[in-house]
Amino acid sequence: MELWFTERHTPNVKFSIKVDHQLYSGNSEFQRIDVFDSKEFGRFLTLDGYMMLTEKDEFIYHEMITHVPMAVHPNPKNILVIGAGDGGVVRELTRYSSVESIDLVEIDELVVEVSRKFLPTTACRLDDERVHIFYEDGVKFIRRCENKYDVIIVDSTDPFGPGEGLFTKEFYGSCFKALREDGIMVNQHESPFYAEDAAAMQRSHKRIVESFPISRVYQAHIPTYPSGHWLFGFASKKYHPVRDYDPIKWSMLGIKTKYYNTKLHCGAFALPNYVEEMLRDVE
Amino acid sequence: MTELTQVNAPIYEALRRFRRMRVVPFDVPGHKRGRGNMELTEFLGEDCMNVDVNSMKPLDNLCHPVSVIKDAEMLAAQAFGAANAFFMVGGTTSAVQSMIMYACKEGDKIIMPRNVHRSAINALILTGAVPVYVNPDVNKQLGIALGMSVAQVEQAIRENPDAKAIMVNNPTYYGICSDLRRITELAHAHGMLVLVDEAHGTHFYFGDNFPVTAMAAGADIASVSMHKSGGSLTQSSFLLMGERVNADYMRQVINLTQTTSASYLLLSSLDISRKRLALSGREIFAKTVEMAEYARSEINDIGGYYAYSRELINGDSIYDFDVSKLSVFTLPVGLAGIEVYDLLRDEYDIQIEFGDIGNILAYISVGDRKRDIERLISALSEIKRRFGRTGADMLSHEYIAPVVTEAPRKAFYADKVSVPLDESAGKVCTEFVMCYPPGIPILAPGELITQEIIEYIKYAKEKGCQMTGTEDINIERLNVLK
Repeated sequence: MELWFTERHTPNVKFSIKVDHQLYSGNSEFQRIDVFDSKEFGRFLTLDGYMMLTEKDEFIYHEMITHVPMAVHPNPKNILVIGAGDGGVVRELTRYSSVESIDLVEIDELVVEVSRKFLPTTACRLDDERVHIFYEDGVKFIRRCENKYDVIIVDSTDPFGPGEGLFTKEFYGSCFKALREDGIMVNQHESPFYAEDAAAMQRSHKRIVESFPISRVYQAHIPTYPSGHWLFGFASKKYHPVRDYDPIKWSMLGIKTKYYNTKLHCGAFALPNYVEEMLRDVE
Repeated sequence: MTELTQVNAPIYEALRRFRRMRVVPFDVPGHKRGRGNMELTEFLGEDCMNVDVNSMKPLDNLCHPVSVIKDAEMLAAQAFGAANAFFMVGGTTSAVQSMIMYACKEGDKIIMPRNVHRSAINALILTGAVPVYVNPDVNKQLGIALGMSVAQVEQAIRENPDAKAIMVNNPTYYGICSDLRRITELAHAHGMLVLVDEAHGTHFYFGDNFPVTAMAAGADIASVSMHKSGGSLTQSSFLLMGERVNADYMRQVINLTQTTSASYLLLSSLDISRKRLALSGREIFAKTVEMAEYARSEINDIGGYYAYSRELINGDSIYDFDVSKLSVFTLPVGLAGIEVYDLLRDEYDIQIEFGDIGNILAYISVGDRKRDIERLISALSEIKRRFGRTGADMLSHEYIAPVVTEAPRKAFYADKVSVPLDESAGKVCTEFVMCYPPGIPILAPGELITQEIIEYIKYAKEKGCQMTGTEDINIERLNVLK
């Protein structure tokens, strides 16, 4: 018997992982949630059939979306995480002793429940006393926040489905309002490679550029996401991600990482020409 | 034959049977089930093209229904509590015009509120009827026209006992209802027909706790936009009739202007939507109202904006309010409704129903998702933060009472001359000036142009309202009586 998980990366490209067995399948009010075990990628989580994370490569995504803003901000205390019910971002954040409070806003309670049960690698720090979980639509939660957070991390799914609202201008504007005067927002920024993803990437970049004075994009290689070439957005009210970055200060924290390092931090903002061009087109 | 009930949809069922028969078409339409126009078929879908067919025996004929259309109309009448119902394929506009053409001949008077839809005034040009306008009460704060007060209707009836009919909006675009029961009693006591524009009131017939419907209030004829809150395709509507109306004569009136090639896409959409509302309308509209109420409370929490509701009810010109409507007063944020309307679309990719000088209206229906409601609320919050002003100079009124000097038909067909807008004061207009939406006339044929009206036209133009109706597309000149 051969059991394969397959995701269509485009109408003409498929990506498959051989499944050892399925651990969980369920429907929440918002989406279908599945957890599988595989030989190559270990345990993995999918939402509505889209790959969210695998045990083998989740460290790349979670380190890059977390440490980049945390290393640029000189004193991040109050953090807001939107999405990320799997707990991966929270796990990275709890490694900073400067952090006083982490608000996690996840629309789907079942994602957190399933992650706690089946994905201890990422969900392991959800019970840290600094973490407060709110089961709410991020668009709604942030509307009421003003001048409150140092860093906001938007760990969204794709720009369709329940995460749709997290790619809109009204959401980015609300994030701007919710940040302190030197706050930073980092978001999952889609991929520049396949045409449909690239269009979504440009659309969200345009909206962020219109909402923040500083808006840069950085990249990472994530094997299980479409094309593997993935982008993150760095939007900021005051700090430039490279010029205002103090690598020595971050190294002194002694946080041990598997992907992120201080050289890579700067290098990640160096983008291929075709990506630069796509971004320029909408800036 | 088994008895038909609301679970049936006779036209829809006939179309399904017809599709299975695979009849070879040597009749119109010439696209022949889409095969003759593949680009269109790819765009609209084969299923859709397959039922774009002509009237024929198994499918009945809207001009003279004897089988499935007749059955479907009977079921619709039952569902709406009417004596008879007709399927309309020319929009509610054609339903409104048919009501007036049924009730009035040339020279007959008809009492109507000024905030009637333009289709009603157009019908006056078609029939030659003369309007007696009841000036709707105006809410000075919100700048919106309300319903008719019973006292004003009484006065209009007293002064025009020869009027043939009275027309009522139930509700207005903004969701406001007059005391339809009392107005109907008054009209009937004086031998007048009651015609109700229920373009925005389909859901009243199926939900709980909504304002009274025309048929329940005993009114004679109602025009219902099934395609608005009822879920059918654009341009499809129902015309409902009470016991006092001669439905066979009404059909003749409708056939004066109605197409002889009624679209089965529209007819089946009416049939299926009627079935759906009859079977599950209560849940559908309970959900709609819940979303509207949620949005209202969140929008009012933002501050500045005023999303109004039943607290406006005053027992007369706001006798009742449709809580499924999400109308928001925007002036306290320093922005005209039309500005908010444009910002929502241009900045946030959100299209709402309309914006006027002081208000916006977002149309809420069962098709909405909670997350889209959140987006709308957040976008309004952001618009306030990014674009809000204080102390902006805003024109405070919206409604200007018309001075009718000629019958609309006479003025429309009279010898006329074009003059610049600024030189038109004191002259009699021969055309419409509409501010669209909401499509309520600023000027109609036969009305006196005043300086106040000229100022209003300029202001609305400057604010970006879409102005229509005049021969001069830029509205720099007006046609007036020679």
